[in-house]
Amino acid sequence: MESLSNKRKVIESKPLNFWERIYLPAIIQGLAITMKHFFRKPVTTRYPEERREYSENFRGMHSLKRDEHGAERCTACGLCALSCPAEAITMIAAERQKGEEHLYREEKYAAVYEINMLRCIFCGLCEEACPKEAIYLDGDHVPSDYLRKDFIYGKDKLVEAPLNQ
Amino acid sequence: MELADILIKFALIVIIFSISLVIAMYSTYAERKIAAFFQDRIGPDRAGPWGILQPLADGGKMFLKEEIIPANANTFLFIAGPSLSILTACIGSAVIPWGQKLTFGTHVVDLQVTDINVGVLYILGVVSLGVYGVMIGGWASNNKYSLLGAIRAASQNISYEISMGLAIIALLMTTGTLSLREITEQQHGFWSHGWFTWNFFRQPLGFLLFIVCAFAETNRAPFDLPECETELVGGYHTEYSSMKLGFYLFSEYINMFVSSAVMATLYFGGYNFPFMHQLGLLENWITILGIVALFIKIFAFIFFFMWVRWTLPRFRYDQLMDLGWKVLIPLAIANIIITGLVITFFK
Repeated sequence: MESLSNKRKVIESKPLNFWERIYLPAIIQGLAITMKHFFRKPVTTRYPEERREYSENFRGMHSLKRDEHGAERCTACGLCALSCPAEAITMIAAERQKGEEHLYREEKYAAVYEINMLRCIFCGLCEEACPKEAIYLDGDHVPSDYLRKDFIYGKDKLVEAPLNQ
Repeated sequence: MELADILIKFALIVIIFSISLVIAMYSTYAERKIAAFFQDRIGPDRAGPWGILQPLADGGKMFLKEEIIPANANTFLFIAGPSLSILTACIGSAVIPWGQKLTFGTHVVDLQVTDINVGVLYILGVVSLGVYGVMIGGWASNNKYSLLGAIRAASQNISYEISMGLAIIALLMTTGTLSLREITEQQHGFWSHGWFTWNFFRQPLGFLLFIVCAFAETNRAPFDLPECETELVGGYHTEYSSMKLGFYLFSEYINMFVSSAVMATLYFGGYNFPFMHQLGLLENWITILGIVALFIKIFAFIFFFMWVRWTLPRFRYDQLMDLGWKVLIPLAIANIIITGLVITFFK
């Protein structure tokens, strides 16, 4: 049957001729190819000193955003946790008390908000699910560490730095 | 022999010994760098400028690693294996003439540890001893992969020694001597009587056979089946750790250095270089330039060893045996016959 993609190739295997059987021409050809690579510019980027250019929509570490007054936008609705395919996000909600209006924008906020960076796959679905524009994956790489427990990032690492008044 | 002569000989031995160790050390670095360049990478560059302290770091690491001797291994042979391997690798360089004689007033310093009249045979003997270290280590490990690697090493070396010996026989028919000093002297300069003096131009096929066998004898790719990691984990040194492993790896690089020196001496004129007497230099300067020339040749061969390693895939075992027995040995015999005919009818 005719293939639809039209990419089919018929390979015929002929017995090697004399020059192929003595290997040497092929070996010299191979040596020439590797020698060409020898003088080629290395593709390496020396990572900590040099950095590759990242794309505009690179997804790195999460940050929990604040609004224009410096109050946390997150309202602990849990949609991010629900949308997370890796189940990396968990939170405990709390009610805003009187006098905390400058800290939290809505009446409900996340008292504890944890992301397990070893589970996270940086898909960005939490960002899409968030109705309050509170979470963005706009950070850097997640740095390496020694213990698994240290990869569970709490609000201390996730929340944006407070605005300077 | 005077005391001064003995001291000079002793100093020469120590110098050659340390040079071969340092070259072996930096061969590991060169191998990693060259491999990197062939693969469009930059290789080790963290330890010191351009990573030149990498061999020291590697050596330090090797010494500090945990030393494991398997419970069911034969302890004595397990230790004897790598020791023998590095010993035989080091003694091969004894007969190589590193340069002409240096003259200091009345003192004449011979830049060769010993000029025995069976130098070529000595080298063949040392080369065939080299496989014992591998075999003993592989056997003593009491591990099937090590044993397979050792058996492979043994049969490979035996097969390729034959064609290596036959290739050398053709060379010896043209030189008429086994002493490496005399063979080098015969290749004096570069051009005389309308033809090149270097043996490569008299024995091109012999050289090709010799270099293929040298790859096999030093267990370098594409003939590195004894330590073929895709099939045998680590081959004969699977069970080795710490500096004993280091000795095995080290002896491979020393072997490479010595066989490069042998090839340079036998086929590429040793310390001879073109126009060595047309420059009008003092005899001692010519000697020193000759040493430099010899080392340039050696480094070129070491580079070639590495170049081939990062170009060619490994042979299959039956292909290796096919090549050794069905191609190289008949070719070597044909080479002997052609050489004999040429000598008989044209000289």
